[in-house]
Amino acid sequence: MLKNRIIPCLDVKNGRVVKGINFVDLKDAGDPVEQAKIYSDGGADEICFLDITASNENRDTIYDVVERTSKKCFVPLTVGGGVRSIDDINKLLNCGADKVSINTAAVENPKVVLDSSKKFGSQCIVVAIDAKKNGDKWEVFTHGGRNNSRIDALEYAKKMEDSGAGELLVTSMDRDGTQIGYDVDLMNKIASKVNIPLIASGGVGNLDHLVDGIKLGNASAVLAASIFHYGKHSVREAKEYLDSKGIPVRI
Amino acid sequence: MKVTIVDYNSGNISSVINSFKEVAKDKVNIEVTSDLGKIKSSDKLVLPGQGSFKSCVDALNKIDGLTETLNEFAINNKKPLLGICVGLQMFADVGYEETETKGLGWISGRVSKIDNQNGKYKLPHIGWNQINIIKDSKIFKDIKNNSHMYFVHSYEFVPNDNSVIVATTDYSSNIVCSVEKENIFGTQFHPEKSDKIGLKIIDNFINL
Repeated sequence: MLKNRIIPCLDVKNGRVVKGINFVDLKDAGDPVEQAKIYSDGGADEICFLDITASNENRDTIYDVVERTSKKCFVPLTVGGGVRSIDDINKLLNCGADKVSINTAAVENPKVVLDSSKKFGSQCIVVAIDAKKNGDKWEVFTHGGRNNSRIDALEYAKKMEDSGAGELLVTSMDRDGTQIGYDVDLMNKIASKVNIPLIASGGVGNLDHLVDGIKLGNASAVLAASIFHYGKHSVREAKEYLDSKGIPVRI
Repeated sequence: MKVTIVDYNSGNISSVINSFKEVAKDKVNIEVTSDLGKIKSSDKLVLPGQGSFKSCVDALNKIDGLTETLNEFAINNKKPLLGICVGLQMFADVGYEETETKGLGWISGRVSKIDNQNGKYKLPHIGWNQINIIKDSKIFKDIKNNSHMYFVHSYEFVPNDNSVIVATTDYSSNIVCSVEKENIFGTQFHPEKSDKIGLKIIDNFINL
């Protein structure tokens, strides 16, 4: 049976982790490689890096991080943030990323998704959708949540599937950072609309929220950042909890 | 000993390279090349493959003499070869991704789309799934039945002769996830991304 995945996400800025794990045995708490290794040793099903480097001159730092991580972690590695072109994707894959997530560029130029999935295969193209509720629908935002594209998130999700996306990483902007749980209504609506796997993101504050993301949101995978940081919960605890709730996980 | 990862522009092979180097350490020489001479002189070959069946076959054919060299290595000289993902699928006679495409024809069979039962199952089949080992294989030495492996694929290899099947995985139906025919080995899952247990399979192959 296919297992639901737990994906810890690390925000990386200028090659360093922002909001990292607060573990005593860490030599360098800011090094993404060390943190990724702790997660993969702890049973993470995948690792996600979100590059939030703002300036172009520091963009190259992520390549070095990906390269070093892929030599130490032997679970899938997804990298997102600032991915604009086929060339960016190519560079990340060459450094050892297994999947690349595309956000703003996919909205502005959906052909990037079409072309990259043709060139590299759908299996490595993840489209990240940042959605915010407006009335009874959700709208897609770009540029790290700053710009409203006014595009309907459900229709957009379907369009991205048709363009060749292998997975969707859906973040509820209303919930992101709130720790009150995923927007399971949004997740469920998108999951029912498409036939590709959905990764739920945004709003996890406790382990029950992970359960909800899968049971109510119908997500194939759940992504979380802060609950795994500062040692609040380990990935293993999360998996044991999901297992106790009858959710199939890899233990 | 020299193990060569065949680099034929089949997409992203960095993870395959990293995992083989991690397992080999300094004991075994891992080479990554499309050079026919170097491939011929290798002791073992790894045939990776990502993207579509057609794109991988096209990429193989683009390198003059590569298919013949692989045939000589695996079929005539019977030296060990491991195909991963589309690398395994290419063992078949024919694949149906994008369009009907002729494979290497090493293990008789076809590659067709996984039946998602009208949307009941998501495709691609992405994530960790347990494998049912149905036959002893040298590459599964010390691997427990029901171990988890990492999968990413929408197409499955359907061999004509079931005796080549070493392991299956349950997704919509029993999908063939590992085959062995004499010196030819293949995994549909990605051992290079399947954590320590996956590295053990790579280790088994290197130590054949």
